[in-house]
Amino acid sequence: MVSRAARLYIGLVVSVAAVLVAIVADRAMMATHPPPIQHPLGALLTLQALFLVCDSGTTPTTSRQTRWSPSSAATLAAVVLLGPVWAALVGATALLSLQRHLRLAERLFNGAMYALCGLAAGETYLACHGVIGRTDPQHFRAILLAFAAAATAHVIVNHGLIWGVHRLNRVRGMSRSDGLESSLALLLASDLGYACLGLVIASLWRIMDWFAAALVLVPLFVARWAMGQFAEQQRAYAATMNALCQAVETKDYYTRGHGDRVSRGAVMIARQIHMSAERTEAIKFAGMLHDVGKLGVPTKVLQKTGPLSEDEFAAIQLHPMRGLEIVSPIGFLFEALNGIFHHHERIDGRGYPMGLAGHEIPEFARVIAVADAFDSMTTTRSYREAKSIEFALDELRKGAGTQFDPVIVEAFIAAMEQQGWQLPAPATKPPDPTTVTVKDHDDPTAPLRVIEP
Amino acid sequence: MAYWQALDSGRILLMVSAAMLVTAAAAGLIALHPSQVNVRAALAFGGFIAFGELFRLALPGGREAAPIAMVGAMAYAMLLTLPREYGPVTYDALLVVAVAAIGMTVGALPHIAAGRSAGLTGMCTRLVAVSCVAFIFRPIVSAGFGHAPLGFQVLVVALVFAVGWLVDTLVGALIRADDVGARFSVAIRDELRLQWPLGLAVGASVIITIFGAKQMGLMELLVFAGPLLVTQLAFRRYAGIRATYLQTVRSLARVTEVAGYVEAGHSRRVSRVAVAVGRGLGLAEPELLALEYAALMHDIGQLSLSEPIPGGATLLVSPADQERIAELGAAVIGEAGVLDDVAELVRYQSRPARGHEVAPPLGSMIIKAANAFDDMVGSSTDRNRSAAALERMRLDPVEYDAGVVAVLAEVAGRRVPSRL
Repeated sequence: MVSRAARLYIGLVVSVAAVLVAIVADRAMMATHPPPIQHPLGALLTLQALFLVCDSGTTPTTSRQTRWSPSSAATLAAVVLLGPVWAALVGATALLSLQRHLRLAERLFNGAMYALCGLAAGETYLACHGVIGRTDPQHFRAILLAFAAAATAHVIVNHGLIWGVHRLNRVRGMSRSDGLESSLALLLASDLGYACLGLVIASLWRIMDWFAAALVLVPLFVARWAMGQFAEQQRAYAATMNALCQAVETKDYYTRGHGDRVSRGAVMIARQIHMSAERTEAIKFAGMLHDVGKLGVPTKVLQKTGPLSEDEFAAIQLHPMRGLEIVSPIGFLFEALNGIFHHHERIDGRGYPMGLAGHEIPEFARVIAVADAFDSMTTTRSYREAKSIEFALDELRKGAGTQFDPVIVEAFIAAMEQQGWQLPAPATKPPDPTTVTVKDHDDPTAPLRVIEP
Repeated sequence: MAYWQALDSGRILLMVSAAMLVTAAAAGLIALHPSQVNVRAALAFGGFIAFGELFRLALPGGREAAPIAMVGAMAYAMLLTLPREYGPVTYDALLVVAVAAIGMTVGALPHIAAGRSAGLTGMCTRLVAVSCVAFIFRPIVSAGFGHAPLGFQVLVVALVFAVGWLVDTLVGALIRADDVGARFSVAIRDELRLQWPLGLAVGASVIITIFGAKQMGLMELLVFAGPLLVTQLAFRRYAGIRATYLQTVRSLARVTEVAGYVEAGHSRRVSRVAVAVGRGLGLAEPELLALEYAALMHDIGQLSLSEPIPGGATLLVSPADQERIAELGAAVIGEAGVLDDVAELVRYQSRPARGHEVAPPLGSMIIKAANAFDDMVGSSTDRNRSAAALERMRLDPVEYDAGVVAVLAEVAGRRVPSRL
């Protein structure tokens, strides 16, 4: 949804764009200088078409609002070939974007934004003594620097305006889940990379005309194809991971969906404490897989009702290590492995398997520990009903400083207040009446105890 | 395995031809008069090739490509004109070979320094392809092709590039067929299917580079490196996630081992044997990938059993239970919604080869045989034991497909290549 402040902002951007384009167009008309290339109108239409084609295939891997689009190449080619007003006209084509899901407000904003980008780039280009329509070898050196400045201006205006929308929408309490998923540095680098294509198109235009645009489209289409494949593989990967995790959980009736929910909670915390996108992705998988090592614990130990012998307790304590053993060959971030291995450490140093304390415990592990305990308390176990969310949060607060990292607990509570939590459907009695009581090793309200000798 | 043992006939042939080309280029370079060398162009393109070699691209299936180096080398081989101040470009084909070889070597040095493989085979393949293009194209340029109409120039450049790219792909397929023990015809099809998008992008980039240089001079290489890198990034991410995917399935398939349902290493061994058999039967790469996933996860249905089967050998369970495990496993995999072909292979893994109106898919028959073989032989390398197992399977043509067992015997006879 678009917030009210964002709507005002969009209105502002659109009117500024309209006024500026009108002023500059007026100036250009008074000079009555058509761009010094053959068929400027044909060039404009071709570049507009190029813009639309590039824009229609923005990469689906980044978030819904920030898209990685090579369309700046068309605008920047217009800057060199035709001048600022024409570049703004190319940018304004974003109004007619072929992406059907766009709402009117988004279309208006995109059109105005890209028009402003084209205008800014064009004016910068002229200010840096770039010549319009002359890409012959004698002039090339002269326009190179001016073009670099224009490309930079384009990127700055583009990201600045988008940043504004993000900011306003976030102030209105929007979740950051739609925020930048790909790192900003990468985005900027790729934008500048694609911007260079603008100069390539402009240079080739003098000898090949529209064919230059067609030629440049080929690598772009191939890149888009690879991006599409990437997105497809990523989806397949996540789905497969989910299915495998569910398979792992079938063994214990009451903890089904546990990995998925812990993963959800860990991601909420990660966003709240502003973890980078890459680390958030890693903690998502770490949360999902944190208990995979439980498979290595004999079922009869997991299902034992009475107190555990020392050996049996040792077997339970082994599960993070088993998990690490299974997961370590995956090309994960090292941190995710750490998170799985240390998720039963306690801040006071009385946890397992290593007995780390305080900030010796990796951040991932501290995050997963909180999400883990919360889910364990709010879901039904065979020996007790599910506790309420309030109760569980209270328990977390009580444990802050001894069992949990207070900062993480606070972040989790803040995230819960903002976004709420979807409790799983209450578990009914298991279909198999012989199922014995399983004390959940994650449950801080009913900790496992070793028999005193 | 020592390095020389990994050399096979195809690879030796390739390296010998590359060495001969380099020698000829070195000799030609000495004989060349300095005025015949456009030094600036040679340095610029050599640097570009080194840069491209530095940013190599890992493709699915353990392949390695260097598309940017390829763009640089091909464009240098087919360079038509430069702006006047850069001087003439009527240099010899041998100079192209020399510049490409030096550029590639320089670009490979950081890889060696970082302890990665030098990628000698890939470099030799690229060098041979570029040499073919240079020997076809340089004489044409010397004959004044630079003055031909532009459309004709573009057409000829595209055609000659296609020839060079085909050489690259065919040599690559030859080497790969040797490496993994695939049929040459299958390897060619796999290579063409996998490489054509990249080939298209490289081809268009070569044309852009050649005609852009006419306008922008050698500065163009600087300008164009950016978009090329960004394009390559898209491919890198694609190949990266595919590799992670496979690693994940490999790792998570081990949960059955950790939980004590099957013997340690069982899934890995079954998948290796199954893939080798599939390759021997001429399966293409996408089918092999599905087969590998299915073989890795074929026992995942056992996770739904309350008690592990003693010893984990599915062979010892009643056929009905085997079917149930297969059915449960297929349900687990089908849950993902994206691996339906894999689920299908897992579902029919216990169905006898003959006797049903509908025969099980080939992949399922392969998994059935590989699984039975591993249940009987395990990690043992005893030849008698493996021969006895094969004999038992041969005597049961209703359960095990005769063709699959024949290839399995062949595979069991040699060492199974660990690379996919």
